[in-house]
Amino acid sequence: MIPARKPLPGRTKLAIRGLQMAFRTEESEVRVLEDLDLDVREGELVCILGPSGCGKSTLLNIVAGFLAPSSGSVKIDGEEVRGPDPRRIFVFQERGVFPWLTVEGNIGFGLGRLARAEREKRIGHYVRLVGLEGFEKAYPHELSGGMKQRVEVARALAVDPDMLYLDEPFGALDSITRLEMRRELLRIWQTEQKTILFVTHDIEESVQLADRVVVLSARPARIRRIVEIDLPHPRDLSSRRYLELRDGILEEIGLAHKI
Amino acid sequence: MTLRQRLESILLPIAAAMSLVAFWAAAVRWSGTTVFPSPAAVARGIAELARKGLLLPYIRDSLLRVAAGYGGALAAGIPLGVFLGWHPAAARAANPVIQFLRPISPLAWIPVAIVLFGVKNMAAVFLIFLASLFPILVSAMNGVRGVSAMHRQAGRNFGLSRPALLARVVFPAALPEILTGLRIALGIAWIVVVAAEMIAVNSGLGYLVIDSRNAGKRYDLVVAAMLLIGVIGLVLNLLVQRVSRLRAVRWGFREETP
Repeated sequence: MIPARKPLPGRTKLAIRGLQMAFRTEESEVRVLEDLDLDVREGELVCILGPSGCGKSTLLNIVAGFLAPSSGSVKIDGEEVRGPDPRRIFVFQERGVFPWLTVEGNIGFGLGRLARAEREKRIGHYVRLVGLEGFEKAYPHELSGGMKQRVEVARALAVDPDMLYLDEPFGALDSITRLEMRRELLRIWQTEQKTILFVTHDIEESVQLADRVVVLSARPARIRRIVEIDLPHPRDLSSRRYLELRDGILEEIGLAHKI
Repeated sequence: MTLRQRLESILLPIAAAMSLVAFWAAAVRWSGTTVFPSPAAVARGIAELARKGLLLPYIRDSLLRVAAGYGGALAAGIPLGVFLGWHPAAARAANPVIQFLRPISPLAWIPVAIVLFGVKNMAAVFLIFLASLFPILVSAMNGVRGVSAMHRQAGRNFGLSRPALLARVVFPAALPEILTGLRIALGIAWIVVVAAEMIAVNSGLGYLVIDSRNAGKRYDLVVAAMLLIGVIGLVLNLLVQRVSRLRAVRWGFREETP
């Protein structure tokens, strides 16, 4: 379905230079990110992979403008990031949906400036895109975890951002739903042409989704390696190349192949 | 709910109430008391009040006092609580004062209220205002303070200004907790109006209790007033409960599905 994507010689969308982050507590200073450099091309899907607590969420929060770094710079389209921006939407785990709004209300949340007809058209489009027809008037507590996650993705896409930041978005879902959601995300990424930064601690997930996997070390996080995933979509999860890439990352992180 | 469950939910409480009344009637008869009235005597008492044209005016006066005092507490408590929840520094400054004033029973304010307003309507309204203010204020403050960082970040991410963030994210997120505060406050207001009317005014159901006892030991009327107070309190509570079943706030009143 999805054609092979060669690492495109595309325009640089995101440029991170010399990024440092330290949190000061009363007695000590906790260094979280250390001297990070990273470029992400337009339309690329990049997974940031690292062990729990390594600072990958902090990195995403800085890129999204929710946190200011201790030093270094984050530029998007050549412009310094100074705060959150509706052109770049952060997708939390499904708990980010607004429980007081219906599916429609959530998806239309960022569309306040549009005329009513246009707004409804957009909502309808994204309801269909994430397969929630018939649930427009439902409230989040009436939905399953996977459906709530879809609502959040649709809410983000509805404002037509050019980047999406996903922070372990499928972490709270069961493994079957998680696989489905990955397939959905790839489909949406392909139709909507967004640049996606996807934080995960799941090696398989990163190899299934990404154009490139950025492997971070334990805290303070540095980039250990950047792995190009040169596999066409849909990816065969038992192909030799897939296993090679996966095992390469396992080894990089220093994990055994056997349990 | 099935039809059976629905019938049970109506019939069982009625059966319980009727057995309580039967027990009451039997207890009055067996003990041979001449002071405590039987259910029939109380019913006659209520009829007598209605005939004299006191019943509805007394109920109306009590309800109006609650409406005024509670309404004032709502109008002052919600904005103030939201403000304090939104500005942690202001909350830190105000919190000791709130925590100091809160445990003082509204009844302890009765002399102060009478000094300030005289034996008049305003004194009772003031007491109800005070009594309902703190639960409302504190629930609004805690509700706003407890809004998840994720929801606030999401709101900011969509480009909301601070006032819009307050109106579209913070307030709706805090609303279930605020409603809980409103419900508690209304219960307290209804308790306090009775106490206030016993001392500060010359009408209402609380006045009816104390006046019936003082003027001729009419215990049938005392118990009649008590029954009316109970029934109206029950109705008020049911009304507020309905509000918390609205779909936009119901999420806050149940366990979140995992």
